Amino acid sequence: MAETTKAETTQFEPKIIAFLCNWCTYTGADLAGTSRLQYPPNIRIIRLMCSGAVDPMYVLRATLGGADGVLIGGCHPGDCHYQEGNYKARRRVIALKEILKSAGFDEERIWLRWISASEGARFAETVREMTEAMRAKGPNPMKQAWAV
Amino acid sequence: MKISLSVENRNPLATLQNFLKSFLERQIVDVLLTPMRTPSNSVTPALVSDPALLNRADPLAPVLPVNAATWAGKISLRQPRPKAAAVLRPCEARALVELTKMAQASLDDLLVIALDCAGTYTPATFLHKQMQNDHPLWVDLYAAVCQKPESPNLELRPACQICEQPVFESAPIRLCLFESDLERTLIVEVRDEIAQKLNLTGEATNGRSPEIEAFIAARTQARDRAFAEIRARLEGEEGIAGVFAACIRCHNCMTVCPICYCKTCVFRSHVFDHDPMKYVQWARQKGAQRMPPDTMLFHLTRQNHMALSCVGCGMCTDACPSELPVGLVFRAVAQRLQHTFDYLPGRKVEEPLPLITFRADEWTEVGE
Ligand code: SF4
Ligand code: SF4
Ligand code: FES
Repeated sequence: MAETTKAETTQFEPKIIAFLCNWCTYTGADLAGTSRLQYPPNIRIIRLMCSGAVDPMYVLRATLGGADGVLIGGCHPGDCHYQEGNYKARRRVIALKEILKSAGFDEERIWLRWISASEGARFAETVREMTEAMRAKGPNPMKQAWAV
Repeated sequence: MKISLSVENRNPLATLQNFLKSFLERQIVDVLLTPMRTPSNSVTPALVSDPALLNRADPLAPVLPVNAATWAGKISLRQPRPKAAAVLRPCEARALVELTKMAQASLDDLLVIALDCAGTYTPATFLHKQMQNDHPLWVDLYAAVCQKPESPNLELRPACQICEQPVFESAPIRLCLFESDLERTLIVEVRDEIAQKLNLTGEATNGRSPEIEAFIAARTQARDRAFAEIRARLEGEEGIAGVFAACIRCHNCMTVCPICYCKTCVFRSHVFDHDPMKYVQWARQKGAQRMPPDTMLFHLTRQNHMALSCVGCGMCTDACPSELPVGLVFRAVAQRLQHTFDYLPGRKVEEPLPLITFRADEWTEVGE
């Protein structure tokens, strides 16, 4: 893997793929927008009906494809519109991160956050925080890994 | 209860065959799934209806050509189904428990006859050794467990060399080979109501012998050494991509895995047949794109789908044409994962699969 120089790191803009539940976090993101809250443009949002609909394979595809971070957003525990989707998502994310760690990946590139429809500010803050955390990590080595 | 069956002419196989015959003759079951000697003298699981043919039964032959849990599942899955018994090694019995939870098998009309297992050879090694030996291959294996439980046998299948679960204790019937002095007696542990039907009497069950404990301890040590080695590779420079660099994505590991049951596996579906320009896009993004693509995605997804239920049978390792340590990687990953969810595959059929259940009050810090 090529070494990343200091100069590259300063210019490096992480790319974050976000899988957001339609009812809470996506609406929260929408609220952040309509409230004109500023957050970094590093995030690419994919809307799903529920955090329980995030197939871990999507997360793997993004990670192996070189995404610098993956954010999964859902309703707070107890608030899932399908009762238990987020509880199941929680176990799935824990399992996936454990597998990635055992396989030698940096599992901290994957974040799960509960953000409700009214938490526009929390959404903006999460994107800021995650963008900085991923910037600090540097580019996902998978970006150049063509032999996988 | 524990029943001691007497062995004549130092031939426990004949005693075992007679024991199995009694299940068919007394109509306790309609059919029996058991390893059998084919006319050409190789060993394969077969579903037997004629008790006379059980003189070809050979559960003692130390070879594991397939994990027969798959086939125990097929004959028990749905009504109408037979009353059946299946002679299984511990890793097969554990896989059957997992398949039952996945609704791919049923234990309702299926009796498991679990065999204490000293380890098995690959079919190729087995055939080779069989030609060279003038006594049955199991003799030395079981003697070694009792006489020198700590010494490894490097000819066994790699999965068996690190298998620390050589006994499946929760079966209704268990062939207690480790406790038997096989030239004289064959000890079987049988649930009382079945013993009654078989017209057998015995004594109350006692605990494990110290030899088995020593054997399990030695295997556990071997396992931990193997885990440490593979983890150093996975977490080091090489990473999982390096360990699987020679994978040709033949999917053999998935095909032979008893746990991977999906009929329409996503990796065999057109989801992974991309448009030409998609491949080009990847090649442009990364400068080049391995073909076939998605090798890591395949392995990590498979781990994600079934590592929690991986029983460590090692069929995957045996089937890999590139001789990759597929099963060892799976077990090493699975051990941590199973620990996280306090889950042991094959332990109890009532235990739910971790990813289809949850508790509201667990991992409450996650997501905040
Ligand atoms: S992954 Fe390999 S060792 Fe695990 S159950 Fe499947 S075939 Fe057996
Ligand atoms: S059997 Fe071996 S070569 Fe084939 S897909 Fe599995 S790991 Fe790859
Ligand atoms: S609907 Fe939002 S997490 Fe299920």
